Amino acid sequence: MGNYLAKRLLLIIPTLLGVAAVVFVIMRVIPGDVALLILGGDQAGHIDKAQLAAMHHQLGLDQPLLTQFGVWLWGVAHFDFGTSLWTGRPVIEELVGRLPLSLELAILATIVSVLLAIPFGVLAAARRDTWIDYLIRVVSIGGLAIPSFWVGILIILLLVIYFGWGPPLEYTPPWIDPWANFQQMVWPVVTVGYRYAAVTTRMTRSTLLEVLGDDYIRTAWAKGLRERAVVVRHALRNAMLPVITLIGTEFAFFFGGPVVTETVFTLNGVGRFVVDAVAHRDYPVVQALVFLIAFGFVIVNLVIDLTYAWLDPRIRYR
Amino acid sequence: MAVHYPLVHTATAPLAPPITWGDEISNFIRRKPLGAAGALIISVMLFVALFAPRLAPYDPYTPDYGAQFQRPSAAHWFGTDEFGRDVLSRIMYGARIALFVGFVASFVGCTLGALLGVVSAYAGGKVDLCLERLMDILLAFPLLILALAIASILGPAVQNVVVAISIPIIPRAARVVRASALSVKENRYVEAAGSLGASGRRVVLQHIVPNVMAPYIIIVTAQLGSAILTEAALSYLGLGTAEPTPSWGLMLSGSASAYAEKAPWIALFPGMAISLAVFGFNLFGDSLRDALDPRLRRKG
Repeated sequence: MGNYLAKRLLLIIPTLLGVAAVVFVIMRVIPGDVALLILGGDQAGHIDKAQLAAMHHQLGLDQPLLTQFGVWLWGVAHFDFGTSLWTGRPVIEELVGRLPLSLELAILATIVSVLLAIPFGVLAAARRDTWIDYLIRVVSIGGLAIPSFWVGILIILLLVIYFGWGPPLEYTPPWIDPWANFQQMVWPVVTVGYRYAAVTTRMTRSTLLEVLGDDYIRTAWAKGLRERAVVVRHALRNAMLPVITLIGTEFAFFFGGPVVTETVFTLNGVGRFVVDAVAHRDYPVVQALVFLIAFGFVIVNLVIDLTYAWLDPRIRYR
Repeated sequence: MAVHYPLVHTATAPLAPPITWGDEISNFIRRKPLGAAGALIISVMLFVALFAPRLAPYDPYTPDYGAQFQRPSAAHWFGTDEFGRDVLSRIMYGARIALFVGFVASFVGCTLGALLGVVSAYAGGKVDLCLERLMDILLAFPLLILALAIASILGPAVQNVVVAISIPIIPRAARVVRASALSVKENRYVEAAGSLGASGRRVVLQHIVPNVMAPYIIIVTAQLGSAILTEAALSYLGLGTAEPTPSWGLMLSGSASAYAEKAPWIALFPGMAISLAVFGFNLFGDSLRDALDPRLRRKG
């Protein structure tokens, strides 16, 4: 296990460098001059050349690309992601303030989705091609089809019309006022949770169906085991690994995933931060956030892989 | 002299009638009712998108300031928006944007990804390793975040949205097609083609590509729904298509929420259109996967 851990940790370095390079390429090499955008938006013709050169210099854009990349990487290694062009504050400071909300949303939505997805996924697989299966599949495909921002709009609409409730502008952490926090978070959690429950339900159903066709399941049936024992004890256990991966991946995506949901509910989380930064053409922030979201994803993936290796010794020796 | 052929009695059995397209379709409806429902939804949407100028009762672009915020009625089935434009007409024209972006982005992204996947699997070695790592790296970005970042630089326009959505699809398709190409590559007939002197190009195009068509079709249909949803999300956030283009996501943004209390129909119907379209594609894609993926076929 020690060897495996070391190998995985070493492998993460090239991946992170690659992630940094991709972010850099997207933000710098794709057409469009950041300095022009900052200075004048679309009326590119009216910008003073000296002003443009000064802006280029200020942003370090007059350096060779590789130097720029090096400077940026060096900053990243020191947790220095530059300052926001919009607020003038360091990106990392802005981010830390918004992290608790996104983390809470991610944890609660994951819990909701798992609690819904596993039982319904199992039920759909065990009753394949019956009306129960069809119903669960329709509801879960619906969860994938209905845009979460539309669900959010509808929920807010109903709450405003019937209860005169509007989403609060400030986030109240649970340790300050749990009730206010609950009121604020319950609808976003339902909105995001339903969507991810849908994804997980489908995954549970299809992996379970795969496993249910295996020889040892036939043996289990032939032994005269009850359905519950066959499905839950024999099949579900072996179907869970891909499902666990999916749940972990979803959790990782939540940091940047509910971009639209956070916007609809005016929650000041990481996702909203990305949208605001894009709207304000705040490129240092966009660059830092896209990198950090991918970074978080790589780390969570590593943790999933390690859990895998811990659960299933075969992986360690491959 | 006439030749007498001996009368030969052969065992005969009534041949099954040839399977026609009609039979195939009725078979699909019977065995995959959900998939058939999906196909029906898609067909209706395609019809509406193609004939939008004929079907739409009003012009989707022209404001009519005498008819703002009208409730759904016989004249305006889905009501009118804050500029007095007919919501139904805008939804019909919006189907064009949604389906266009969905089809093109999914097709371009999946095709590029599939090509990379096949090349990666066939070449093996260093090429495979490098491409795989690159795909891993691209997969570390959530689809919407990557699309958002690309769209933010390219600016709001339909063709930019297509680019922004197809790029994140590439690694997803590459991974699926590579896995399947790897197993195809192990087959004897691929080895045989190679030993008979077929060129690499010929082996890939004649022997590997036709055998990875099933996963390719599955991933294209699977990504269609998500491409439509991403387009809606980008437009909702103001990074997709720009006003006055009738895009479903755009119709939900800004004004729809602002006037939600006064005119909920502005927010209601475009959302239903998005959901229905994605729902149709997912239903169809799901059944297609069930039918094409041998691992999911009922065993025994």
